[in-house]
Amino acid sequence: MPSKSSSNTEKTPLGILGPAIAAVLFLNMPVLIIFIYAFTTDTQTFTFPLPGVTTQWFGVAAARSDLWDALGLSIRVALLATLLAILLGTLAAAAVSRSKFFGREAVSFLLVLPLALPGIVTGIALRSTMGAMDIPFSFFTIVVGHATFCMVIVYNNVLARFRRMSWSIVEASADLGANSWQTFRYVLLPSISTALLAGGMLAFALSFDEVIVTTFTAGQESTLPIWIFSQLTRPRDRPVTNVVALFVVLIMAIPILLSYRISQRDGETQLNR
Amino acid sequence: MSTENPVAIRFKDVSRHFGDVRAVDRVDLEIADGEFFTMLGPSGSGKTTCLRMVAGFDNPTSGQIFLHGQEVSNLPPYERQVNTVFQDYALFPHMTVLDNVAYGLMVRNVPKTQREKQANDMLDLVRLPGLGKRKPSQLSGGQRQRVALARALILKPRVLLLDEPLGALDLKLRQEMQVELKVLQGQVGITFVYVTHDQEEALTMSDRLAVFNLGKIEQVGSPSEIYESPASEFVAGFVGVSNLIRGQVAKQITGIESTFSIRPEKIHILKENEKAPQGTYTAKGRITDVIYLGMYTRYEVDIESGNTITVAQQNLTTTGGKAVAAKGQIVNLFWEKDHCTQILKKIASE
Amino acid sequence: MKKIVSLHPSPFQRFSNFLYSHPRIALLLLLGPPMLWMLGIYISSLLTMLVQSFYRLDDFTGQIVRQFTLSTYAQLLTASNLDIVRRTAFMALAVTGATLLIAFPLAYYMARYANTRVKALLYLAVTLPLWSSYLVKVYAWKLILAKEGILSWTVAQLHLTGLMDWLLGLPGIGGPSLSISPIGIFLVFVYVWLPYMVLPIQAALERVPKSLLEASSDLGAKPPKSFRHVTLPLAFPGIVAGSLFTFSLTLGDFIVPSVMGNSSFFIGQAVLSHQGTSGNIPLAAAMTSVPMVIMAVYLLFARRLGALDAF
Repeated sequence: MPSKSSSNTEKTPLGILGPAIAAVLFLNMPVLIIFIYAFTTDTQTFTFPLPGVTTQWFGVAAARSDLWDALGLSIRVALLATLLAILLGTLAAAAVSRSKFFGREAVSFLLVLPLALPGIVTGIALRSTMGAMDIPFSFFTIVVGHATFCMVIVYNNVLARFRRMSWSIVEASADLGANSWQTFRYVLLPSISTALLAGGMLAFALSFDEVIVTTFTAGQESTLPIWIFSQLTRPRDRPVTNVVALFVVLIMAIPILLSYRISQRDGETQLNR
Repeated sequence: MSTENPVAIRFKDVSRHFGDVRAVDRVDLEIADGEFFTMLGPSGSGKTTCLRMVAGFDNPTSGQIFLHGQEVSNLPPYERQVNTVFQDYALFPHMTVLDNVAYGLMVRNVPKTQREKQANDMLDLVRLPGLGKRKPSQLSGGQRQRVALARALILKPRVLLLDEPLGALDLKLRQEMQVELKVLQGQVGITFVYVTHDQEEALTMSDRLAVFNLGKIEQVGSPSEIYESPASEFVAGFVGVSNLIRGQVAKQITGIESTFSIRPEKIHILKENEKAPQGTYTAKGRITDVIYLGMYTRYEVDIESGNTITVAQQNLTTTGGKAVAAKGQIVNLFWEKDHCTQILKKIASE
Repeated sequence: MKKIVSLHPSPFQRFSNFLYSHPRIALLLLLGPPMLWMLGIYISSLLTMLVQSFYRLDDFTGQIVRQFTLSTYAQLLTASNLDIVRRTAFMALAVTGATLLIAFPLAYYMARYANTRVKALLYLAVTLPLWSSYLVKVYAWKLILAKEGILSWTVAQLHLTGLMDWLLGLPGIGGPSLSISPIGIFLVFVYVWLPYMVLPIQAALERVPKSLLEASSDLGAKPPKSFRHVTLPLAFPGIVAGSLFTFSLTLGDFIVPSVMGNSSFFIGQAVLSHQGTSGNIPLAAAMTSVPMVIMAVYLLFARRLGALDAF
């Protein structure tokens, strides 16, 4: 019987390799192009090739107080939302993975909704509640919106980790005399810490970048994405926006790559929503 | 609070129900202090559930469990003076071997130098000296097993529970560890309660064993009692191989119409014209199959009325695979009367 | 009947013991806070929105009249609103189809041919764009597609400007420039949602055991037949999962149409505008129900076709 070579040394047919490479390039090139435009001297248009090269816009951007305010707000919102997400998401993952209870499927379904439903649904839902109960827009309304879907990310990551964990180590800890707190501190927490961190970082990135739900819950405040969005629809400061775009890409790469590295060391990548 | 109680563990009418399923069904059992006791049975027979109830990972639905005279039925595991060796060893992956072994001491706030010394001593006892700095993932299965043992024994429990600890090891290593565990138990002198589905293992290691089936105990006794005098058809079939002779055929051979069990190695084969000794049970038949198994040869003999008897003969006098008798031959079988056990039950709950 | 207890159990120890013997209460403590949040904040908001969709906005007073009525939903049936829905739905369909065509070869390569190192690299190459800032990605395309931007320049270098102008001249999908046209919207949507299509398909393809394809070939099927009869059906759940994402995300989005489009609204923009200055929350809520209903029907279909079984 003729034998086939193993899949890893099979030569990829060009009909597959070609489109695959094209797709990868398609996905990754556009963001790189932004980097170029941060240095253009052109203030009105996006002319290519660049008429001239300068680094002055970095200084201009740094002097913009509205930018710093927006950045500060985004970071504060992301930090608080991530904290809440880690707390609530971990509790939920622990409950769902360890106990069989009536309505568990419903709870799992519920916990996925904020990300499964389009952002606009979450946005308008929160907005209508705020309107109905006369709650004013504030820092906290933004955080509430963010925490709700950030929780889902942490939940997914920690749940997957709980499922891979062998529960016998928790029993062994109790068997050896550790009470619930000691078992949590010495055995459980170290086991899920990587999933917590990875999920938390992804949640931070998500919150930092979120614009749809935030538009509905922010009122007059501007997070960084809202600032950028206003620039996109009523462009006034193109060069500054280019610089901001560059920095956002760089800033967001940090938690994402960190999360990826942590998950890799843990033995499994969980970069899913 | 008696500390000299000769009964280490007592089950009093213990049941564990999961909804409609009776995982453990009204079990009464006493395990003596210092003995190596095995709970043997197929999967789902209730043996592991019983073990977990002793450890405290599960609580009885009804009935009571006593440890050295104290009722512990609802006490959490960390309040009981028993320790467990888990089937998958359950070593903490993020801690070193030394920290694993010293864990029980650490949660009791024993100072670091003291507990590390004790842990190292323990590692010497289980013959893993110097491996303290490694992580569990760097050890072989057999080594991990010993670390799990050390971790449990360091706390000087009065009872050690072992949940099929040798299941993941290959045959040779398993046989070695069986001997080692038995020796260790003798050295340490505490009660070992061992759960397994491997009847050979149970016979090798135990002082006494209990055969479980469908949540009930079929029989409790020493290995020889269980093997030579099975109390039910289930025990006869589960522990070793056995021939069951029933009804009319039994009446023909023994004179009593009942079910009898006779072990293959207890049966002698004679040529057709040879006569069996007086005072033995006999049967005549034709050999339908001869299977060479190295240490012994198995013969399938078809006696009248369509029943097949399995005979196992040690290859004492033959070499080169030659059998005592050939396929198709007519032979006379005989066995001693007291090697034959009358069995009155199919399973215990009848 | 004496129990063994430690001599001086701290209150914490007592609490810990209590939780151990009462697992239901422990479960309640674990599940309580997240459930309170989800039900009290999220679900109740969804319900409030639903209720609001049955109110109406009084045109004269500008106030919401809190009485049950179907008139708001009736407003959805006006020609302009139906236009909006149709426009959005077509876009979602087109985007789903295009992403599927582009994603599949990549996913197939990753699942079947790439060795471990390449696969890890490709995985990163797909997830990094996935997690980069959404707004920045949209902005990048605004830049690229601008009339004076890099794409136009490349097209000019290839002497294909005539083709591009013809495309832009097409009614319904053309516009003054690529960066302000339905074609532009389409391109950006395909770009931002592509990873959402690649990953589920790749996961589904990886789950197809190689032994199945070997069996198929052993039984005499040539590669195209094996693909059609073995690989494709088994990859189908992944395709459906990916399409759920692209469809749902396109239906609800307002960012891309705002940035890249002209004045014809998509559902998302309509919702945003209604709840904004005019404060017409009932109509905004009613409009939001359209993508939700579409997705619910889609999900039901998907379930019926057995595409959700893998999850």
